[in-house]
Amino acid sequence: MTSPAPITEPREAPGPDPVIVPALSIDRVSHSYGPRRALMDVSFNVQPASFTALLGLNGAGKSTLFSLITRLFGIQSGRVGIFGHDVSKSPGEALRLLGVVFQPRTLDLDLSLTQNLLYHAALHGISRREAAARSAELLGRIGLADRAGSKVRDLSGGQMRRLEIARALLHRPRLLLLDEPTVGLDVKARADIISHVRQLVTEQGIGVLWATHLFDEILPGDDLVVLHQGKVLARGPMTRVVAEAGAQDVNTAFMRLTGAQTMPGGGG
Amino acid sequence: MSSITTRQAPRGFSAQEYMTCLTGIVWREGLRFLHQRERFVSALVRPLVWLFIFAAGFRQVLGISIIPPYETYILYEVYIAPGLMAMIQLFNGMQSSLSMVYDREMGNMRTLLVSPLPRGFLLFCKLLAGTAVSLLQVYAFLLIAWFWDITPPPSGYLTVLPALILSGLMLGSLGMLISSGIKQLENFAGVMNFVIFPMFFASSALYPLWRVQEGSPYLYYLCEANPFTHAVELIRFALYGQINWISLAVVAICTIVFMIGAILAYDPSRGLARRGPAGGEG
Repeated sequence: MTSPAPITEPREAPGPDPVIVPALSIDRVSHSYGPRRALMDVSFNVQPASFTALLGLNGAGKSTLFSLITRLFGIQSGRVGIFGHDVSKSPGEALRLLGVVFQPRTLDLDLSLTQNLLYHAALHGISRREAAARSAELLGRIGLADRAGSKVRDLSGGQMRRLEIARALLHRPRLLLLDEPTVGLDVKARADIISHVRQLVTEQGIGVLWATHLFDEILPGDDLVVLHQGKVLARGPMTRVVAEAGAQDVNTAFMRLTGAQTMPGGGG
Repeated sequence: MSSITTRQAPRGFSAQEYMTCLTGIVWREGLRFLHQRERFVSALVRPLVWLFIFAAGFRQVLGISIIPPYETYILYEVYIAPGLMAMIQLFNGMQSSLSMVYDREMGNMRTLLVSPLPRGFLLFCKLLAGTAVSLLQVYAFLLIAWFWDITPPPSGYLTVLPALILSGLMLGSLGMLISSGIKQLENFAGVMNFVIFPMFFASSALYPLWRVQEGSPYLYYLCEANPFTHAVELIRFALYGQINWISLAVVAICTIVFMIGAILAYDPSRGLARRGPAGGEG
């Protein structure tokens, strides 16, 4: 993410487009639940082959933002683009490039690992044979090939998460969203999942938006978006955000940024 | 590292991709159904209780005259069989709606709705899957009923199939429409009281409408206006190789109206979106 990055408007004219299109562009998005404003004028980009951490406390608006990107809610104002495809105007093209790992578990517990993957593949129109091949390959990569036929119910929390990530990759998306994927996992499982996702960024060039409230999941090379009470307080390369906040680490930077926001009379 | 950084041209979806999606959704619904054996058993026990106990007791109370499509005097059991078939579908349709609410809470609905295929198509697949499950239940019921002397003509088992598909779709889309308005699982009890029971009792499922008319003309009009009555009559006639055109028209129109309503209700810019976060998280 390069901030403040201009949002590249997709061109309607056909033909090759030489402009580098962000994997995800959030442009002046606001959202309210009745009188409660969940998101206010949120803008940021996620570039391909980058790891962008969306940092915010519970209730900051992260899940609302995810629901808007995945089109579970309609966008009230602003624009969300995935590789230039407007989520509202051409949802099919946008969603096909998107893989999602939601915060709540969304697997069928009574079905086997393979059955869960095949169902997801079918939802993307991937033929049975192709889906079976991809499922076997992905299960091997996450180290669960020998469990292919067992029920998901029998997996550990970390294994379920790995399966959900594999499922999100089944249709070969170019953008991957993960909503607090390591919550409730032990240290080892957390580390496995983080390194797996970082590998996807470097090896496959996938753009990743990783929502978290855990500071230690963010590395100096990452892009950072700080979301607090529905507003973007800071965005840019992690080192720059930290430096601009006059802090030594993400933790302090976050406390300074959000502390200023909640101080009486502060933040305008 | 691959370098897909420019905008990709829209390519739409092929007919084969639509078919893969449809079969995948039906396949998953079938698997889930097989894993929930108690659901299958209770779906069968309910109509069988009506058939074995209620009908046996009522046989002496209610005389049935010869009315179309029947050509001879029939036992009361034979009369209520089509009504019980429709009841199976009514419960199944509402239970699918329960599973939509459950799915939405558990997040499985999210998996379905982030599929890139058009949302209306996804919901239609979900309806077809629910209908397919109801067909399994109905034919299992017919098999047991055959031993109870409910023996429609053999060809009736085939001619009733299109009627069952249509009525299954109608009741399923009604359930889906209702589910879009339900936020909590517990509200299913309300659906039982305010939808299932009134629809079932104010219909021709348990008694012919001419008998109702003798008792109360107003109730008769209510029954005539009840789409469930027409689902029952459509099934009843089809089971004897006949078509009740009025019922066919009513069921077809209701199916279209309910289905459009359900699809609109699940449209993000209209339905769910206006009601706040699903599952209560922000």
